[in-house]
Amino acid sequence: MSIVGKTTGELLDSMNQGELSSVEIVQAFLDEIGRRDNEVNAFLSVRPEKALEEAKEVDQKISAGEQLGLLAGIPIALKDVLCTEGETTTCGSKMLENFVPPYDAHVVQRLKKSGVISLGKVNMDEFAMGSSTENSAFKTTGNPWNVEHAPGGSSGGSAAAVGANMAPLSIGTDTGGSIRQPASFCGVVGMKPTYGRVSRYGLVAFASSLDQVGPMANDVSGAATLLEAIAGHDHRDSTSINCPVPSYSDSVDKPLEGLKIGVADEHFGEGLGDEVRKSVENSLDVYRSQGAKIVNISLPHSKYAVAAYYLIAPSEASSNLARYDGVHYGYRTENFDNMIDMYAASRGEAFGDEVKRRIMLGTYALSSGYYDAYYLKALKVRRLIRQDFDQAFEKVDVIASPVTASPAFKIGELSDDPLAMYLSDIYTISANLAGLPGISVPVGLSGNDLPIGLQLLGPAFEEDRLFRAARMFEKETDWKTLKVS
Amino acid sequence: MDYQIIVGLEVHVQLQTKTKLFCGCVNLFNPDNPNVQTCPVCTAMPGSLPVMNREAFSLAMKTAVAINCGIASFTKWDRKQYYYPDLPKAYQISQFDLPFSENGFLDIEVDGEQRKIGIIRAHLEEDAGKNMHDESGKGGDSKVDLNRCGTPLVEIVSEPDMRSAAEAKEYLEELKLLLTYIDVSDCNMQEGSLRCDANVNLHVTNDDGEKIATPIVEVKNLNSFRGVELAIEYEADRQWDIYQETGLKIGDVAKETRGWDATRGKTFGQRGKEDAADYRYFPDPDLVPVTVTEEEKQAVRDSLGELPAARRSRFIEEYSLSKYDASVIVSQGNSFTLYYESVAKSCGDGKQAANWLTQEVLREMNERKISIEDFPITSDGLATSLINRVRDKKISIKSAKEIFARLMEDFGESNESYGDNKAFDQRVEQLIEEMGLALVSDTGELEGVVDAVLAKEQNQKAIEDFKGGKQAAVGALMGQVMKQIKGADAQTVRKMIIEKIQNM
Ligand SMILES: [Zn+2]
Repeated sequence: MSIVGKTTGELLDSMNQGELSSVEIVQAFLDEIGRRDNEVNAFLSVRPEKALEEAKEVDQKISAGEQLGLLAGIPIALKDVLCTEGETTTCGSKMLENFVPPYDAHVVQRLKKSGVISLGKVNMDEFAMGSSTENSAFKTTGNPWNVEHAPGGSSGGSAAAVGANMAPLSIGTDTGGSIRQPASFCGVVGMKPTYGRVSRYGLVAFASSLDQVGPMANDVSGAATLLEAIAGHDHRDSTSINCPVPSYSDSVDKPLEGLKIGVADEHFGEGLGDEVRKSVENSLDVYRSQGAKIVNISLPHSKYAVAAYYLIAPSEASSNLARYDGVHYGYRTENFDNMIDMYAASRGEAFGDEVKRRIMLGTYALSSGYYDAYYLKALKVRRLIRQDFDQAFEKVDVIASPVTASPAFKIGELSDDPLAMYLSDIYTISANLAGLPGISVPVGLSGNDLPIGLQLLGPAFEEDRLFRAARMFEKETDWKTLKVS
Repeated sequence: MDYQIIVGLEVHVQLQTKTKLFCGCVNLFNPDNPNVQTCPVCTAMPGSLPVMNREAFSLAMKTAVAINCGIASFTKWDRKQYYYPDLPKAYQISQFDLPFSENGFLDIEVDGEQRKIGIIRAHLEEDAGKNMHDESGKGGDSKVDLNRCGTPLVEIVSEPDMRSAAEAKEYLEELKLLLTYIDVSDCNMQEGSLRCDANVNLHVTNDDGEKIATPIVEVKNLNSFRGVELAIEYEADRQWDIYQETGLKIGDVAKETRGWDATRGKTFGQRGKEDAADYRYFPDPDLVPVTVTEEEKQAVRDSLGELPAARRSRFIEEYSLSKYDASVIVSQGNSFTLYYESVAKSCGDGKQAANWLTQEVLREMNERKISIEDFPITSDGLATSLINRVRDKKISIKSAKEIFARLMEDFGESNESYGDNKAFDQRVEQLIEEMGLALVSDTGELEGVVDAVLAKEQNQKAIEDFKGGKQAAVGALMGQVMKQIKGADAQTVRKMIIEKIQNM
């Protein structure tokens, strides 16, 4: 098998056995980027010289027998929403086109410590708002399975980079499904960890109470190892939780005995495409064959999740994005008469339509006279959704559902219909509102050869359980052969 | 028609923490080097996050206890959103509906009358930076200094309980005294660590007895005690004129925001950010709520020590001070009262100690513009070398003051304090000698001089006057004796003259 088709574990083994050097691995992925990215358009910036330099250092350490980090020498692609010291961080926005952060995000620091090597920063919907990566100010990313189709979003670049073998690992962020949905569309593994599991310090905020950084990989074990590298308490993020991080990479291969999988009617109702339904049902059979029990559960408030989400997330976004006013950094308009004019023109010229739409939604929802009816009500719904999950997890270990209603839609197909785009997150949003971990693992292909994912949700801080459950499926099957028609 | 002034104050106090409220930047007044006390958090860099400074919260709790407020067991942070260049996040982290403390009061005394001023709430928030506009008139760029941005502020909102400008000034002064006593703030108004906005209106009683409230005006940025007083007086006069002209009542017009021009002594209309005031407050999702246990609250109460009001009462009780003296001493701040108590204990005479402090010491401090910490004479030196010498009749009070003045002159030249009590005492001894101030209570020497004075022809009339009951006549005789013996103890001289006349 070529280098770029290998999993993280295989690459680490090759290095351990001296079959491959980090330089060879990094070079192979850089070559693959050169070969495929003019078609896929996942990368916003590539750092070949620095990556090779860092790979050389890793190789020297290996030959010197030095102690190395968990992922030493493995290449990765970073969503361009994490601050990288001295390296442009755009958030897919004209507003931050030339923004060079003076500091590294906590996750980036942790990645450096693990020895992982950044190949570059990848495309995303502007400020992580979107489900197709079409809202990027810079380029349109194609789905590596069929570039006419969207890679999903907002971590579309991260998913496409892994899906196209341009990186074995990538970092995404998930506010309403932004890791899981593109992972599902691009046929890769993606996990949104428990809220508070990974520090948000240095993650450019979209919706602070929902945002979470997570791993994407070409296999479950890679994602598990990557989460292990980035998870853990950080005193600079007040919402980061001080809870021990188990060794996900050690336990990932251990199947779960007597696994109880919850299935909620609410996830299989109207709107769910036949291919996805079949694929998900097939995957449940795979679990049954391994002794798992499928249990019916109910999540009665999930039907309000999208509505609550589209009040809470834009409200927080309207506040978080207020700082981009042209005064201190970022884009400033050329022509203005006075201060208010400068604010308005800078923001008007540098934000895209979807960002503006959400800022307006959020500003409205927080306005005096509307706050109670919208924002406060949404917070109440959020508590009820969390309660639904708490009750469900008294009966089951994990909850299985589709990730999306259908496989990757065509580029441009939904871009004029924001509401349809919003509904594409219908199965993923609840986990963000409840702060729970969720994983998307590929379980099949559609009739026109587009990947389909299965979502597994777990109780807070049970990422380990989700990796192991996902791995149970992965180990038993070759999902690329499981085509539904 | 008559009116009553109604005033409520909103006071912002910067807490003297080592670091800012939500980041690790140092918290120092530093206007000369803009933007050096900044980091990604207080400059609102994308991706940065706030973390609450525990020290700030504990100073805030001390403040709350000092102003008799209850401390909330659960408090949270809210974003107050508005655009202004000195506010880089475009929101201020503040507290909206659940402030950390509520329902307090402050006792003040104005013209001998006790007044209890209610305090609605105190909440913690971050300060903004400072905009600096081009003042050359050439339309240059404005600049922003973020050194101050993120400094912890406690905002203390009073009830509209003050009934005059003098009361408002007294409230502010007592508040400042209190907060400096408990060491939460230096309350330096020039440097902006104590800032005051006043809400002013009038309660008018019409000729027919009808009572009407006039519209409330907020006067912003009062940065001196005198300014507070003058602005309120000005504002009351202005509102009275307007009322007589227009008859406008509260509710007829929107609340107006005015500034205070200290140079012209006038308030002026301001287009405040208040105009479109919808701050779209909502809970800050980047911060977690703060919970405070009963034990923590008790620990804060226990840590406070004696507050100014209690200290005044104790001084009156313990050292037999007049209300006035107690108030003068206590209002000089904690260090001054510690100095006073040390002097009072060393000399065993609280009253004398008070006289020395409120007169000699304070005068020298004011003239030389030094604080009690920099005062060259230690409390022990003052008590043992000067006050006790007067008590022991080694020198007269007048001589002691002369020596004191001389010591201060020496200090003025050398700028060295008399740290060593022994050396100081020797210096006092030396001055007594040099200046010939040793008190002569040796009756042998005195007797000769007294006898000589009494024998003088010109004094016979005074002697007769005294015998005839004119007590004052003895003064002239005393003066003559004292002139001849500089260090003579007035009491002894007086006693001797009276005895001798009576025995004549
Ligand atoms: Zn700072």
